[in-house]
Amino acid sequence: MNQTSTIIELKNVCKSFDDTVAVENFNLTVQKGEFVTFLGPSGCGKTTTLRMIAGFDLPTSGQILLNGEDISNLPPNKRPVNTVFQRYALFPHLNVYENIAFGLKLKKIETEVTNRKGEKVKKLTHLSRREIDEKVKRVLDIVDLEGFEKRSVATLSGGQQQRVAIARAIVNEPEILLLDEPLGALDLKMRKEMQIELKEMHRRLGITFIYVTHDQEEALTMSDKIVVINDGEIQQIGTPTDIYNEPVNTFVADFIGESNIFNGMMTGKLKVKFCGAEFDCLDDYEINQYVDVVVRPEDIIICKPGEGQLKGKVLSTVFKGVHYEITVEVGRFEIVIQSTAYAAPDSVIGMRIEPDGIHIMEKVYTENKYDGVITKKNTVEFGDGEFECDVTQLYPGSHLDEEGYLITAAGEKLDLTGTEVTVEVGFRDITMSDEKDAGGAEGSIISMIYKGDHYRYIVRTEENEEDYVLACPDLWNTGDKVSLIIPADKIKLTLKPAAGEKK
Amino acid sequence: MTKTLKLRFNRKQLCIPYAAFLILFVICPLLVIIYYAFTNGTGQFTFDNLVNFFSNTNTLGTLLNSIAIACVTTIVCLVIAYPVAYILARSKFRRKYVLLMLFVLPMWINFTLRITALKEILSFIEGNLAMYPFLNTVIGMTYDFLPFMILPLYTALSKLDKSLFEAAEDLGASSFTVFMRVVLPLSVPGIISGVTMVLLPSMTNYVVLDMLYNSTYIMGSLIGSYFAAYDWNNGSMISLILLIIIFIITLATNKFNDDQSSGRTVL
Repeated sequence: MNQTSTIIELKNVCKSFDDTVAVENFNLTVQKGEFVTFLGPSGCGKTTTLRMIAGFDLPTSGQILLNGEDISNLPPNKRPVNTVFQRYALFPHLNVYENIAFGLKLKKIETEVTNRKGEKVKKLTHLSRREIDEKVKRVLDIVDLEGFEKRSVATLSGGQQQRVAIARAIVNEPEILLLDEPLGALDLKMRKEMQIELKEMHRRLGITFIYVTHDQEEALTMSDKIVVINDGEIQQIGTPTDIYNEPVNTFVADFIGESNIFNGMMTGKLKVKFCGAEFDCLDDYEINQYVDVVVRPEDIIICKPGEGQLKGKVLSTVFKGVHYEITVEVGRFEIVIQSTAYAAPDSVIGMRIEPDGIHIMEKVYTENKYDGVITKKNTVEFGDGEFECDVTQLYPGSHLDEEGYLITAAGEKLDLTGTEVTVEVGFRDITMSDEKDAGGAEGSIISMIYKGDHYRYIVRTEENEEDYVLACPDLWNTGDKVSLIIPADKIKLTLKPAAGEKK
Repeated sequence: MTKTLKLRFNRKQLCIPYAAFLILFVICPLLVIIYYAFTNGTGQFTFDNLVNFFSNTNTLGTLLNSIAIACVTTIVCLVIAYPVAYILARSKFRRKYVLLMLFVLPMWINFTLRITALKEILSFIEGNLAMYPFLNTVIGMTYDFLPFMILPLYTALSKLDKSLFEAAEDLGASSFTVFMRVVLPLSVPGIISGVTMVLLPSMTNYVVLDMLYNSTYIMGSLIGSYFAAYDWNNGSMISLILLIIIFIITLATNKFNDDQSSGRTVL
C-alpha cells in the first residue's frame, strides 16, 4: 500500500464502556477518496468506531492516525472530519441556510492583510459573508435544494432534512465524511434514490466517505471497501465482490446475502463431503478436517433427478420476480435454491454444484471449553453457571463414598472442593429451556445460523459474557433468554496440570 | 319516588364546582374592584382615582421601585439558576435527582418560617436590616423564588438532544460556542417560563418586605396600605392597573413562547 495515499489508519483501537468491550483490536487503513462501509448487526461496535474517528468517543487504547498524525485524543472541533448523524441532528432554531453556514461561520482561514504600516501580515480571519453565501449556494445545488435557504428545518420532509444534513457536513470540505446510518429513517424508495445520489456525490466531491450501515444491500451497492464487523471485531475487509463471493467465515456468509451453510468434512484432496454427498472443491484443507461449507442459493443448478450430486423433493416454490426461490428437502437437510427455472412443489429434482460455487471455511467454533472450579460435592462452576458433574472421571477407577468424598483407586480420600479443571462440552450436549433455573446457567441468544438440518446458536451469559455454542433443531429467536441444561455425564472434565500436581 | 330522585349525571356537571368557585372568588371580586376603582367614597362614578395614580409621585415611584426589584430579582435568579440547571441536566451523575431535590426542598418548608430564618441570618450579618432595604428585598425574593427558575430551566435543558451538541462540535464549535449558539437559543422557552414565574410574583409579593422590616414599598404593600386605611377606591384602582400590567406581560411572553415552540413541535 502506498503510504502517501493513506488518509486514515486505525491501529489496535480498543474501546470499552465500563465493563463491556465495544470495539476490540480494530486495525484498518483507508485510502484517500475511498468509499468504506462498516457493516454489521446493531450493537456490533460500528457506530462506536465511527464516533472514535469523529472524536466523540476516545479510544481506550490504540491509535488513530490521520495523514500520519496521531489524532486519537483531539476534540471533534479540531478534526478535519464531518459527520452526518443518524437522526440528522439539525439545529431546530436555525433555518436551512443558517444550519449549513454553521460550520463556515466558525471557520478561520489564513489570509494576507496589509496593516497600517503597509506591511503584509498573515492573519486568521473569518470567511466573508459573500464567500459563505457562495459556498452555501453551491452545496444546496449539489444536494438539490436550491431555493430552500429560508425554510425552517422543521417544515422539511425526512429526505430533505437528510440532504440538509449532508450539505451541512460537506460544505466544510472535510477530508473525511462520516455517515452514521444516514438513510435509516427513510422509506425504501427514498433510500434507493439517496444511495445512488450519495454514490454520485462521492464521485464528484472526491472526499473519503466512511459509511456505517446494517443493511448489507446498501453496503454492497455503494462501497469500494466493506468492513464486516461483529461483536466489536473485524470479521472481513474486502471489496463487495470479495465479501460476497469469498466470505471468510459463516458469520459473513450468513450476514451478506442468502446462503446455505452446512457442516462438512474434507474427504480427500480438494474433496468435501456434506449433505450426504461428496463434492469437488477449490479450497485445500487437511483431510478429515471438519469445516463449514457455504453455498449461495444461486450457485445450485437444478437438473434431472439422478444427474448432479444431490437429489431431493421440492418443498415449496416462491416466485420472486427475477427468480424462483425453491426449498428442497435432501434427506434431513433443507436447501434453498434461487433459480430462473421452475420446479413444481412435491416433484423430485437433482441438484448440481460446481466447484467454484462451494466455499469452504475453517470452523470458528469447534468446541465449548471453559476454565472451571469444582465446588462442593459433584458440582462444577464454569461459564457463569454451576452444573452437576461426574468427578470420578478425573481419577480412573475412583468412586464416591456415601458422604460424597472421592475415593481414588488406591483408596485415598480426596476433597476436591476448589480444584481447577478444564471443562469441555459438545455442541449437541447442551439443550435450551425457556424455564428459568431449569439449567445451570442462563443467557440470551446472540447469534443463530441455519445449517441445513439444525441451527447453530451462541448463547451469551450476562455476568461475564461467557459464550455457549450449541446445535439445536428447534427454532428460537435471537435475544431470547434461555436456561442451559447440560446432563452431568456430558460434561467432560480434565485436571489442570498445576492442580493435578498439587493433589 | 325513586325514579325522580335518580340523578342524571353527565360529565359537564363535573365543572359546576369549579364554575361556582370561579364566579364567587374571581369574577365577583374583580367586578367589585372595578366598581370601587371607578367610584369615589360616596359611590359616584369618577376617574379621579386613575388621575390620582398617575399624578401622585408616591404611587408612580412605588411602581418603578416594584419593577426595579422584580427585574433585579429575576436577573439574579436567572444568573444563579442557569448554571445549576445546566450542570444538573448535563451531568451523568446518577443521583442528580437528589441534587435537584436539594434545590427544590426549601419550597416544602413554610414560607414565613423560611423568611424568619433568613431575617435572623441577615440581621446577624448586617446588624441593622433597615440599612440595606433594596438588597435585603432582593435577597429575600431570590431565596424564595429560585426553585421556580431552576425547575423550568432544568426541564428545558434536559430535553435537548445531545446529538445537537455533538453536531455543533463536529462542525468546529468549541464548548463555549456550542453553548452560545446551540444550548442558549434552544433553552429560551425554559428561560421565558422561568422569568414569568419569578418576575410576576416578585412585583407584588410584599410579605417578604414586611417580614424583613422593610421601608421599601412595592405595589403589593402600597395596595395593602390603602386598604388598611379603608381607602377602597384608590386601592382598587392600583390593583386594577397592576392587573393590567401583569396581563400585558403574560400576553407578550406567551406570544413569544408560541413563536418559539410552534417551530419545535413540528419536529
